Amino acid sequence: MKSNFHRVGNRAAYTGISPVLSCARRLACLGGIAMLLAGCRLDMHIQPKYLPDEPSTFFDDGRSDRPVVPGTVARGQLHTDELLYTGKENGVVADKFPFPMTREDLERGRERYNIYCTPCHDYTGGGQGMIVQRGFPPPPSLHLESLRKAPAGHYFEVITNGFGSMYSYASRVEPEDRWRIAAYIRALQLSQHATMQDVPENERSKLTEQNAGNVPGHAAGQP
Amino acid sequence: MSQIFHTSTNVLSRLSIYGGVFIVALLGAVLYGIELSPWYTDVHVSREQPVPFSHKHHAGELGIDCRYCHTSVEKSSFAGLPPTQTCMTCHSQIWTNSAMLEPVRASYRTDKSISWTRVNALPDFVYFDHSIHLSKGIGCTTCHGQVAEMPLTYREGTLYMSWCLDCHRQPEKYVRPKSQVFNPNYVVPSNQIELGRQLVKDYKIQSLQNCSVCHR
Repeated sequence: MKSNFHRVGNRAAYTGISPVLSCARRLACLGGIAMLLAGCRLDMHIQPKYLPDEPSTFFDDGRSDRPVVPGTVARGQLHTDELLYTGKENGVVADKFPFPMTREDLERGRERYNIYCTPCHDYTGGGQGMIVQRGFPPPPSLHLESLRKAPAGHYFEVITNGFGSMYSYASRVEPEDRWRIAAYIRALQLSQHATMQDVPENERSKLTEQNAGNVPGHAAGQP
Repeated sequence: MSQIFHTSTNVLSRLSIYGGVFIVALLGAVLYGIELSPWYTDVHVSREQPVPFSHKHHAGELGIDCRYCHTSVEKSSFAGLPPTQTCMTCHSQIWTNSAMLEPVRASYRTDKSISWTRVNALPDFVYFDHSIHLSKGIGCTTCHGQVAEMPLTYREGTLYMSWCLDCHRQPEKYVRPKSQVFNPNYVVPSNQIELGRQLVKDYKIQSLQNCSVCHR
């Protein structure tokens, strides 16, 4: 202990700080800073893993999402049901649905139609959607005679593969939902060509009252 | 040896002893202020993007549904950034000569992704799933703000843990009817707490606060 005191006491006598001491102090300082910085490390914030759509420097195309090898059939992707996945039966466009359409299916179809189709086809299927108003080539009205007669599988095919200037929606709408949209298009077509005979008898009086009251008699459009 | 400090400095030393407490408190307050400031959190700070995409135009003025582009939001943890093909669905026909959209066309031609700047990002040690929030009646705008009014997209929440817990502790303050989840113009009703309590019951919403719910 005494020798230590002696050394410290002696330090005052130096005009400058001992090079040895200064080096040790500098090291201690650096060590302290290094420890503090080590506390700030981000290796839990940014872990060595890829999240969806994250860029990658490892792959040539700069993407971490890898394309599937051609010919891959992932679990649940063995599409053997020709009608359900192509809209055809024995290579011919089918005019039927691969599963019975319930009210829930139709409502799901309406929801999907409103999300993906209305920008061009509008809420009634007339083909005057907002994007058409902004200059997109107008699609034909879904109420044309030719389209009303088109088989249900035609709508499935168009949604799947696109048509004219319409792109494919296969990556955005599941096959089952494409059928539900097709079913909802049928409902829309019916809505624009309905007669009094299609209205249940106990509801007819309401319609005649509305007409008498000069409420615009526009066929039931969607919101 | 004469004294170094004049007696008047006693006042200073006393002040600094008492003031020390306040100085520490002030320092804490300043740090807290910085942590909550947009400078640090990026809240309400628009980010530069390779193409100045406007949610205000697309979601607001044109009324395109969120899910038209963010297709996986209802069934996956990730909302889904649209591929260039989605942009080109319309822009193969309209604004085809716009210089602003050249990066989009270039991306489509060359099959190179557009490098968007991420606006909302969580640390990697947080698990978050969009689909469960939507299916329990938490609307897009509850967390993302008035996206349909943002010319350039910015972050609405701090994404701090306290921000998540605000809702996880009192979901009735934020939940909305499932039919309104994707409505970008939803207005919180005046009877929110009353309605919220009912919805929490109807949708069987649990107030999940266990660490391992998000840190799994």
